[in-house]
Amino acid sequence: MTNKTAYPKAWLFVLPVVALVAFNALIPLMTVVNYSVQETFGNNVFFWEGVKWFEQVLNSERFHASLLRQLAFTGIILAIEIPLGIAIALTMPTRGFWASVCLVLMALPLLIPWNVVGAMWNIFALPEIGLLGQIINGMGFDYNFTQQPIAAWFTTILMDVWHWTSLVVLLAYAGLRSIPDAYYQAAKIDGASGWAVFRYIQLPKMKRVLTIAILLRFMDSFMIYTEPFVLTGGGPGNATTFLSIDLVKIALGQFDLGPAAAMSLIYFLIVLLLSWVFYTLMMRTEEQ
Amino acid sequence: MRKAIWLAPTLYILFLVLPIYWLLNMSFKTTNEILSVFTLWPQEFTLDNYVKIFTDPTWYNGYFNSITYVLINTSISVTVALPAAYAFSRYRFLGDKHLFFWLLTNRMAPPAVFALPFFQLYSAVNLFDTHIAVALAHTLFNIPLAVWILEGFMSGVPKQLDETAYVDGYSFWRFFLRIFLPTIAAGIGVAAFFCFMFSWVELLLAKTLTSVAAKPIAATMTRTASTAGYELGLLAAAGSLTIVPGAFVIYFVRNYIAKGFALGRV
Repeated sequence: MTNKTAYPKAWLFVLPVVALVAFNALIPLMTVVNYSVQETFGNNVFFWEGVKWFEQVLNSERFHASLLRQLAFTGIILAIEIPLGIAIALTMPTRGFWASVCLVLMALPLLIPWNVVGAMWNIFALPEIGLLGQIINGMGFDYNFTQQPIAAWFTTILMDVWHWTSLVVLLAYAGLRSIPDAYYQAAKIDGASGWAVFRYIQLPKMKRVLTIAILLRFMDSFMIYTEPFVLTGGGPGNATTFLSIDLVKIALGQFDLGPAAAMSLIYFLIVLLLSWVFYTLMMRTEEQ
Repeated sequence: MRKAIWLAPTLYILFLVLPIYWLLNMSFKTTNEILSVFTLWPQEFTLDNYVKIFTDPTWYNGYFNSITYVLINTSISVTVALPAAYAFSRYRFLGDKHLFFWLLTNRMAPPAVFALPFFQLYSAVNLFDTHIAVALAHTLFNIPLAVWILEGFMSGVPKQLDETAYVDGYSFWRFFLRIFLPTIAAGIGVAAFFCFMFSWVELLLAKTLTSVAAKPIAATMTRTASTAGYELGLLAAAGSLTIVPGAFVIYFVRNYIAKGFALGRV
């Protein structure tokens, strides 16, 4: 990061990227901003409304409920996936044939289209025809995720753990592979316990990749739409209606463009703000 | 102790494979069997579901459409990201750090926010329902990712390589194409893999930007689920087939996959 040459013309190198991303990001963003401050009754007639929609969204209980559900969901999956991912990375084979087999199998869920993930879990968890549904009901629990909010949450979280824990595993595995064998030998000579090796050698070396893992998992889980939509449709009731699902309901379902646009901007700002915090932390660890 | 340590990854992989097995299991069953009895493997093994997909154009065209826009997207994203990543890894210029973060913010934009404006934008430029529209829309999150990954890999190459080449009389582009790109070939492969992956799995934008001509396979599936009633076997077969391209590309990057997921920063 430090010994870079100052070269103003380097802008030419980034110009194509900036042009493409700007086309895709700035124009739609401006459209959203436009909608967020206007009212329309169709026919492309718009009236200036100022910050009315923002006030409405920020004060609406519906938005608070979705935001709360979203935060709870993201918090829960981070609390499960990060420790689980680290544990799997620590115990999986380090090199050779079996390591490759593990990596390939673990990466598989990451490359399945998101609606297929939802459909697959739907078929897997349905109480009548699904393996999971049959197993849980066979153990004596009354489980039906299409009707019970708690079962719906359980299934959605299990699906996300299934879908994304491998990302954490792969990142943590990459971090672990970067530790020279000499460190472990030194620890052995010192008679360090397994916990000490983890706490003072492995964890510090994984810090950087784990920040990336948390950042990616935070961003993606906060934007989650397709998988829970296909699995539960946001239900039963509104039990699994996360921010994106609620947003699409308002924008495309009810066609309330103003409130939807205001909600989009608030939503985007929340993701941006939290991601910025993670990003700054990450850059700080990178400079150390 | 040595034996117990195998238990955790094995159980985890079993957990990963079970839903996939269930999907495959369903895809070889008749709708009748799925709805009437609960069986752990197909009793009346049938390939009808697959035959239907391979003979019905609305089904197999979905696969072609998806693969077409994914490949266009991957080529565009990686090509434009290469020089940009080089600039970020080697030079200081006005606003470089802010620009890098701004690019990343686009990776953070929820697709749900952009669905409707994208529809209007691509309709306005007459690209609605074309492969190129989906490919371009997906560059929104793939270019930042490709730049991020490539920058990580490029920063791992010592600057002395560049300097030696210039001393030897190489021009910039000759150095870049002949020496630098081969050096970071693994990084390019990984970046391409990630662009492929995120374009392949995304559905919300792909579905919003297409109607018939460029409809992705994933969208064909949702339509079938809603209109043709409960053809679960067919749905399962279509779903199983969407796993194949992913498994195929994983095989090629298997040795770099861990480093790639760390965005080249290990």
